[in-house]
Amino acid sequence: MKINWFKYASPASFYPLADKMIPWFAIPAAIFAVIGLYLGFFVAPTDYQQGEAYRIIFIHVPAAWMSMVIYLVMAFWAIIGLVWNSRLSSMMATALAPTGAIFCFLALWTGALWGKPIWGAYWVWDARLTSQLILLFLYLGYIALQAAIEDPRRAARASGLLAIVGAFNVPIIYFSVKWWNTLHQGASISADKAPTMANTMLLAMLVMAIAAWLYTIAVALKRVRCEILERERHTSWVAELAAKAKQTNG
Amino acid sequence: MAEFFNMGGRAFFVWGSYGVFALFIAAELILLARRRRTIWRRLSRISRINDGVNDET
Repeated sequence: MKINWFKYASPASFYPLADKMIPWFAIPAAIFAVIGLYLGFFVAPTDYQQGEAYRIIFIHVPAAWMSMVIYLVMAFWAIIGLVWNSRLSSMMATALAPTGAIFCFLALWTGALWGKPIWGAYWVWDARLTSQLILLFLYLGYIALQAAIEDPRRAARASGLLAIVGAFNVPIIYFSVKWWNTLHQGASISADKAPTMANTMLLAMLVMAIAAWLYTIAVALKRVRCEILERERHTSWVAELAAKAKQTNG
Repeated sequence: MAEFFNMGGRAFFVWGSYGVFALFIAAELILLARRRRTIWRRLSRISRINDGVNDET
């Protein structure tokens, strides 16, 4: 079977495809979240050092991972959008930003509530925390810049550049716990050593991370559909869609 | 049950994290659904205006 991928690079054909894809991500996301929460609260044991407070990890780590991954994916789409001048890529980048910003904020928030009982402080100006805060500002800057420029193509170009330049912050966040002495603990999982957690804890965290991934894809697809309709509202295919919807709604 | 919600005395931190997390996810989904409805309302308005123009010609 040969699929013409370029066909789906056009907003008009991606719009219905995205609609079909959403349930395939949204439903598993909900299932994984329920399983992950069950494992996290009822199966994973109490941590011998941190007591019950460590259970924040099951949302903190996935949120932090997603905030970094989403930024990189956003920068990837921004590059594609700038190089090939494809409208759909820029729309994908735009659609990812709010979800990334939310996960970034939640990583900081849950981190603060974890830090207080364990370190004794909600916030410290340490390398990991500060670089993560900068990531939040990059997200907000990206969203604000796009909102400030009225012409969507110019907005996409300017904010795309910001996304690409800002991507240099992501490895800084990731390696901050290695490069500097920080209060933040090292990576729980890395390629060069065995995980530093009990198996059930690790499993719960990974299941929650998968749920976060699936959720992100589903929400980004839903948002990109809005983005497509807004930017293509003057085209004939959207007009036809609206006429059809009116007929069915009466 | 009470013991579960007490979280070994860390209830504020654990539920404060999970609560705000749930709140933000719910808010994102609600805002997105509202945005979709707003767009469709505007599109159908434009569509009606176009119908009116076509009727006159």
